[in-house]
Amino acid sequence: MRAISNNRKALNTAIALTLGLLMSFPILWILILSFKSELDAIGNPLQVLLSGWTLDSFSVVQGRSDYLKHFSNSVIISLGSTFLGLLVAIPSAWAMAFVPGKQTKNILMWMLSTKMLPPVGVLIPIYLLFRDFDLLDTRIGLVIILTLINLPIIIWMLYSYFKEIPGEILEASRMDGAGFMQEIVYVLTPMAIPGIASTLILNIILSWNEAFWTINLTAAKAAPLTAFIASYSSPEGLFYAKLSAASIMAIAPILIMGWFSQKQLVRGLTFGAVK
Amino acid sequence: MGSITLKNVTKSFGDVEVIPLINIEISDGEFVVFVGPSGCGKSTLLRIIAGLEDASSGVVEINNQDATKLPPADRSLAMVFQSYALYPHMSVRKNIAFPLKMAKMDKAEQDKRIESAAEVLNLTDYLERRPGQLSGGQRQRVAIGRAIVREPSAFLFDEPLSNLDAALRVEMRLEISELHKKLATTMIYVTHDQIEAMTMADKIVVLKAGVIEQVGSPMEVYSQPNNKFVAGFIGSPKMNFLEGSEADKYNAHTIGVRPEHISISSTKGQLLGIVGVVEHLGSDTYLHVSCENSKEQMIVRADANNDFKYGDTIHLTLDVKNIHRFNNQGHCIYETP
Repeated sequence: MRAISNNRKALNTAIALTLGLLMSFPILWILILSFKSELDAIGNPLQVLLSGWTLDSFSVVQGRSDYLKHFSNSVIISLGSTFLGLLVAIPSAWAMAFVPGKQTKNILMWMLSTKMLPPVGVLIPIYLLFRDFDLLDTRIGLVIILTLINLPIIIWMLYSYFKEIPGEILEASRMDGAGFMQEIVYVLTPMAIPGIASTLILNIILSWNEAFWTINLTAAKAAPLTAFIASYSSPEGLFYAKLSAASIMAIAPILIMGWFSQKQLVRGLTFGAVK
Repeated sequence: MGSITLKNVTKSFGDVEVIPLINIEISDGEFVVFVGPSGCGKSTLLRIIAGLEDASSGVVEINNQDATKLPPADRSLAMVFQSYALYPHMSVRKNIAFPLKMAKMDKAEQDKRIESAAEVLNLTDYLERRPGQLSGGQRQRVAIGRAIVREPSAFLFDEPLSNLDAALRVEMRLEISELHKKLATTMIYVTHDQIEAMTMADKIVVLKAGVIEQVGSPMEVYSQPNNKFVAGFIGSPKMNFLEGSEADKYNAHTIGVRPEHISISSTKGQLLGIVGVVEHLGSDTYLHVSCENSKEQMIVRADANNDFKYGDTIHLTLDVKNIHRFNNQGHCIYETP
């Protein structure tokens, strides 16, 4: 019995490792390519693996485009849209979770339905609005659009976290003399902090990686790291090594943040289903 | 001061009418228990008094002042919830201090009250712990502590003991009764457990489907039930009901007799029965007897030292003075036959 279960364990581990490698292979390959010379990068896979290592691509990329400017744009846009989103979403989710009306479920569904529309469907109206309001290629414009894009997700996540908080505890605070603001500040928010934290982290990642709107609505000034990667793809032809180096530079910060907040993140991804 | 009056209170949730119409007067210092089967509206009634639900119509008066529109915080009532509803992110001390902090009481007075409440409730050693580190009974004490520190004009208890095990429930029952004697503050206590109602109450309010079936002292409700529902609900084991020829003899549709008002003989008596299960409780023994006059098995109290056993044939005699008569609507018939 024991032998069989050990064999099975080994098999499971092998399958898991293979799947994990398959899924992360593109990222790993980009990581390897970014440390190769442009010539080695287009060779056959064996040549790629055996060739020498170099930091040339990184220095070229840094020399040609200002990484720090794109990085700071990314930080401002993702943090800005996340905090703005939370500011709107916390009271909305509170209302939906604790004082639901007849239409609450419908509103939640309607909000989610906006995520079913392909973004490109509203590209032209949004573009024209941005043009008329002078928001094209501005960070504030991107903060607004990303807040709106992600708001349904933020509200849904917070709603499901708030739902887990027993209503009796909030009622107890009311009996204990707490007014509306005291109830939110002293009781609800401290209890919901894990949920708010994972919503925050997940939303920063979503905004950081958002490419459709950031690429279409920016040019030079407000371009975040997604646009920074994109600038290395088409016009120059196949410069794999530089493209890979740019990608690695763009995803590294968020990958590191994700690594350190794994626990919160898993909670966030399971959408409040796990206690 | 802690008198509470409900005048013509009704409550509906959408189309569902939970409380058709209720009037209750609770005077200062009384220990009132709302008892009834689950879904009878007793918790809703308590929540209306607390202000956590709005009455659909009618008036709630606290200390002779209209409180119908007052938010819970301004009613000077404290509530103990079934789930304890402690704040999980605060220490026991902070939990108990919360109502005082909300009332902006000065720190020294807060500490004094917390210490004395903790002493009364045996919580002194646990003040720095979080609720998650306490046992069920201790959590319940913290919930009570949080209620008593602010010296409210009345306490509301919503099935506070139903999450505790049997032994602890008896202990906490006594502690709450003692607390009532000590504080002499109005207490309203909701339970589905008629033993809690009998042992703790000054006044029992028996509810069924949002309607008051009877109000009275425990012994009144026990010995003079208004109707068949109250007769069957209060008392454990429950009252035996007989219909048909046996009831006809007493000029009633149904007669009821409690297990302790039936005498047993192996030779002669009114009713013939066969002993089923015999339950020994130590001080008493309860016989479950199949009787041709009764649809359900009758429960009869016997001496602890009887030697009746499964399958024995016995004769039962009802104590005429303690027979309750009911008409075909289930109402008690008061005039003598």
